[in-house]
Amino acid sequence: MQHLSQAEWTAILLSLRVGIVATLVATPIGIALAWLLARREFWGKSLIDAVIHLPLVLPPVVTGYLLLLTFGRRGLVGEWLADHLGIVFAFRWTGAALACGIMSFPLLVRPIRLSIEAVDRRFEQAAATLGAPPWRVFWTVTLPLALPGVLAGMVLGFAKAIGEFGATITFVSNIPGETQTISAAIYTLTQVPDGDAAALRLVVISIVIAMAALVASEVFVRRATRRLHGT
Amino acid sequence: MLEVEVRKQLGEFALDVSFRSEGRVTGLFGASGAGKTSLVNIIAGLLKPDHGLIVVDGQVLDDTQAGRHTPAHRRRIGYVFQDARLFPHLDVKQNLDYGRCMNRLSFDPAAQDRVVALLDIGHLLDRRTGQLSGGERQRVALGRALLARPRLLLFDEPLGALDADRKAEILPYLVRLRDETGVPMIYVSHDADELRRLATDVVVLERGRVARAGSPDLLVERPPASPEL
Repeated sequence: MQHLSQAEWTAILLSLRVGIVATLVATPIGIALAWLLARREFWGKSLIDAVIHLPLVLPPVVTGYLLLLTFGRRGLVGEWLADHLGIVFAFRWTGAALACGIMSFPLLVRPIRLSIEAVDRRFEQAAATLGAPPWRVFWTVTLPLALPGVLAGMVLGFAKAIGEFGATITFVSNIPGETQTISAAIYTLTQVPDGDAAALRLVVISIVIAMAALVASEVFVRRATRRLHGT
Repeated sequence: MLEVEVRKQLGEFALDVSFRSEGRVTGLFGASGAGKTSLVNIIAGLLKPDHGLIVVDGQVLDDTQAGRHTPAHRRRIGYVFQDARLFPHLDVKQNLDYGRCMNRLSFDPAAQDRVVALLDIGHLLDRRTGQLSGGERQRVALGRALLARPRLLLFDEPLGALDADRKAEILPYLVRLRDETGVPMIYVSHDADELRRLATDVVVLERGRVARAGSPDLLVERPPASPEL
């Protein structure tokens, strides 16, 4: 296989950065929402659940367009963020991370929610009788026991984020070096006459990244699960 | 001093219990389904009574008329469950230390050594909980509850899941616990022999109500209600 060109490297590194940032920012929010959905009854719970899952069922281009309307330079939130905090999403890699984070969010939340639901509440009761207030029960018992699900959710979310295409290209376009991820680069290469070899190289790279993520998650989850069985 | 006067509706089952106890070890005796576990869960603060009052050493923990309910984590009431409930992600030493950390107590190596020696668990400290036998798990659970320095210890059939040999292994530790620590205890069991060895007072529950109360001798005079109830 030929060596990767500078442009291809740029797309690969950008994809990794976008995927990692999207996952790291989405994880704490995902854990909080997963806990709420798993352990609390409140008004509007099914609405929140539906909104989280919306990116899974909407056409990605719709999600991307909604993001553009909301977080674009003239968008409701985007304008305020740019004027007051100097944060710009439109046509930046941060916008790509936002789009990928939202698109991958349902896949990240689901395993975390399931694993929190599976945590035996009798351990949480035992912790309470030992003097742990609810938030410390969460940090010292619930979250560690749900860790395999958290890791699985993170890997799934990362894999989805790194492969996201439709919402990203609609929201932040396809700018080499700024918003051109692997998927966008492959798309561009398939549109030019002699792009096949380069496109194939990137295809192989994305397969390798996806496989590595799956293997890593398998190892982490197995290790964390073994810990939970107390052996 | 413990004062309990509670009512709680649990589906079809109605719990309506009132007793006082000044004993070192109060035995709660009754067939399964008599409401023993619900009652200790209410005392621990894991379950809220519909009506009533719970007072430990003059401190009101539950008073439904005054709208008062102290949550479990502020009661300082230790609880040894039938199924031990050791935290599987922590080793034995971390399990033992959990209550001290949560109550922000300073580390007291002498207290820890005393409890470890009392329960004979020194050789288990570095083990993971999955590597313990049933009897060892229960001893560690005892130590964990004790080291949180509770003012009252609840035992919900701690020997219920063990076979006769394991029971015989643990009982002497419970006797030592009673004699060597000053912590008052409530001990739930459906085994009259166990209570005769351990309890200083006995409360007999039948179908959610107190049937009799007094010294452990009353378990000899009248045989217990048949367990098929």
